[in-house]
Amino acid sequence: MTRIYDIAVIGGGIMGCACALRVAEGGMLPIVLDQGDLGQGASGVNAGTLSLQIKRVRLMPYALKGHHEWARMGNAVGFHKTGGYTLAFTEHEAELLYERQRLKAEAGAPISFVSAQTLRKAEPGLTQKVVAASYCPEDGYANSSLTGQYYRRRLQDQSISYHERCPVTAVDHDSNGFTLATPIGPVRARRLLLAAGAWLRPVAALLGVDLPVRARVNTVSVTGRMPPLVSTVIGHATGLLTMKQKANGTVLVGGGWQGRGTPQAGRGQVTAETVVPNLALAQYALPGLGNARVLRSWTGFEANVPDFYPLAGALPGVENAFVLGCVRGGYTIGPYIGRLMGDFILSREPELPLFDPARNFDEEAT
Amino acid sequence: MMLQTDIAVIGAGPAGANAALAAARQGFSVMLLDEQPLPGGQVWRAKSTAILDAPATPEGDAGDRLRQSVKRSSVTYAGDARVWQIEPVEGAWQLHMLKGGRTAPLRARALVIATGAREFVQPVPGWTTPGVLGLAGATALFKQELALPGKRIIVSGTGPLVFYVAAEIRRLGGEVAAVVTPNSQGDWLRVLPAMLPRPDLLMRGARWIADLMASGVPIHWRHAVTRVEGGSRVRGVGFRKLAPDWSPIGTSQGLEGDSLCLGNGLIPAVEAAQLAGVALAYHPELGGWVPRHDEDGATDVPGVFICGDSAGIRGAAAAEIHGRLAGLCAAQHLGADTRKERKQLRPIHARAARFGTTMTALSIPRAGLAQLTTEETVICRCESLTRSAIAAEIAGGARSSNAVKSGLRAGMGACGGKFCQTTVARMIAAADGRAEADVPPPTPRPPLRPVPVSVLAGDFEYSDLPIPKPAPL
Repeated sequence: MTRIYDIAVIGGGIMGCACALRVAEGGMLPIVLDQGDLGQGASGVNAGTLSLQIKRVRLMPYALKGHHEWARMGNAVGFHKTGGYTLAFTEHEAELLYERQRLKAEAGAPISFVSAQTLRKAEPGLTQKVVAASYCPEDGYANSSLTGQYYRRRLQDQSISYHERCPVTAVDHDSNGFTLATPIGPVRARRLLLAAGAWLRPVAALLGVDLPVRARVNTVSVTGRMPPLVSTVIGHATGLLTMKQKANGTVLVGGGWQGRGTPQAGRGQVTAETVVPNLALAQYALPGLGNARVLRSWTGFEANVPDFYPLAGALPGVENAFVLGCVRGGYTIGPYIGRLMGDFILSREPELPLFDPARNFDEEAT
Repeated sequence: MMLQTDIAVIGAGPAGANAALAAARQGFSVMLLDEQPLPGGQVWRAKSTAILDAPATPEGDAGDRLRQSVKRSSVTYAGDARVWQIEPVEGAWQLHMLKGGRTAPLRARALVIATGAREFVQPVPGWTTPGVLGLAGATALFKQELALPGKRIIVSGTGPLVFYVAAEIRRLGGEVAAVVTPNSQGDWLRVLPAMLPRPDLLMRGARWIADLMASGVPIHWRHAVTRVEGGSRVRGVGFRKLAPDWSPIGTSQGLEGDSLCLGNGLIPAVEAAQLAGVALAYHPELGGWVPRHDEDGATDVPGVFICGDSAGIRGAAAAEIHGRLAGLCAAQHLGADTRKERKQLRPIHARAARFGTTMTALSIPRAGLAQLTTEETVICRCESLTRSAIAAEIAGGARSSNAVKSGLRAGMGACGGKFCQTTVARMIAAADGRAEADVPPPTPRPPLRPVPVSVLAGDFEYSDLPIPKPAPL
């Protein structure tokens, strides 16, 4: 007799795994299916920045909760709370910085502006050309490449079934629930959560639902080991630079510069046209980085919908199906919003409101 | 201003240089790129320019002929050039190369990849000791610098290369402490019929072995070095008899020496082809993962051709002809009619490839050799990861090359996984009872070689940076 799971989660990234763990805690029997390895999509290839300074104002309460989740995961995910500076190099950027960071501070992020002297004392390796800088003591980073390893252990510890290299190729549903066609045979579940990140659109299409999910192709680079250059997380007023030096001396550079490719065509590709200015900007901020050798640049797909707010709630038109994804700052917020989603599926009131996937996606709406 | 050419050829060994020559003869502009100052590749590597006079060798002569041909042709040669990125741009291929401390783009309508091979070494305890080098690395030292890695050298490994290295050491005046090879004399006798079409190479090999035996150098057939003694510098090795599957049996014997040349066959260097989007297929008889290609070197990606050892280990003789085929194929892609010439070359290539793959078969490690890597042997040199650390990660559920790389950083170091990925993939396959063909290498990523940030950034003004508009608030 085939086992019937309470819920099948399609997508073993941070959000899918965090939700599976929550519903299991609440007494449900989940199964997690991933087309590749756990945590190898955006969850495992992003730059690992945990910065309140680059979060959207409306998502700040979620990001604050997210930081606590990461701190709790601690060493197992390479968590480091270092504090972080965001830099402006022109008057225009300084204006942008003042305007944006003030709003984020009002939303609850402990962000302050610092003098050039304070900055120089804290981070003497940074360029002298900083016009304005803000600071947030909550900022830091975790090691995103440990995501898969971490959640694999958590799922194993909770005896939650998961299958890697197990793409779902078709979904049937009737009044009893869902039957998923997979390489390990049919998987039956009463409920379904789509948490497939940048692959949400084709997965939702299996249920006849069109989700307006698009993907950005973010580029990240890592250098060889370097002597200490910088001790906090460094950002840029526009959000187009993130940089931190890991404990092993390597420097990770990101900021959302766009590579090429689509999730449907496999992994994305780095383009010289964008990775070069990304690294030039990093070197401008931190001149000592010039001597570092770039060992590898890669891309990850960051999913979004036109209003750049999350999809988190019931999948429109399909009973007992849910969707979770498209969270801007999804690495930071993922573990927390996964838990909220779990509560929603358990028919509990989530601590903070979710984001109805049936809403009207007007790009101008905020 | 951007450099432009009809055809760019990456790698100027026997395959790449011949591809460039063949394409240039069809009237196309060809740019031939290599990391070395002069064409020749690993096998026909040029001597350092500081060395004015040296005795002739077959490799040196073949290399000199090739260098002359390139020089006299219309091919533009760019030496000391490191290609770090390959991407499709507007229906053409854009390469980014590091040359003279700067990075420069090159646009080509077609691309021939001839990036050769790298050596596989089955890790044994102590293999990272200073004084241990690869068999192929040793040949580079001999050919370029006419130098030896030590005074009393132990030579260990598979296939013909182990005898070539031992013979070269003696020719250059060094002492060979012993030759240790997992192959048996029977293995060699069995491949004799396949070698007969190349009596020149057969004779050369026979002479190497006869010379070693006549001068009293011990040859330990069906044995392998199982550990390296020393610490800060090689002092000697332990070696053991092998079973027919090459798993170690019998008691350990000792050998003294101040250096060790060690190698277990070649692996196609496929990263450039992967970066160009060519899919891989698993062909153990060709050295493992090879870019998918037809007999002329055409890949599934339009405008990308591959030849020589980077398309599968078939040896230098086959590489020359494979290069011509691929160069002609690239010319065909750009409008020339090269069908007749290619048809004539195919049987010649097939014959040379038969000989080459026979040598490859002798060089490929059999399953038991993996047992030489003990629990505490370092597998990933960049991150100092032992077999037991990698085994624990696999046992914890990491069941792909990418997953092991993410969890442990095996393959994230400066070497880009070139040393460890074959061993790691074999461990995953063995742990899961899967075929090695089910465990592909990690996703390829640029740069193909490490590049300093300052070189990538070049000279720039802040206002030149094309900073996009900020994300929504």
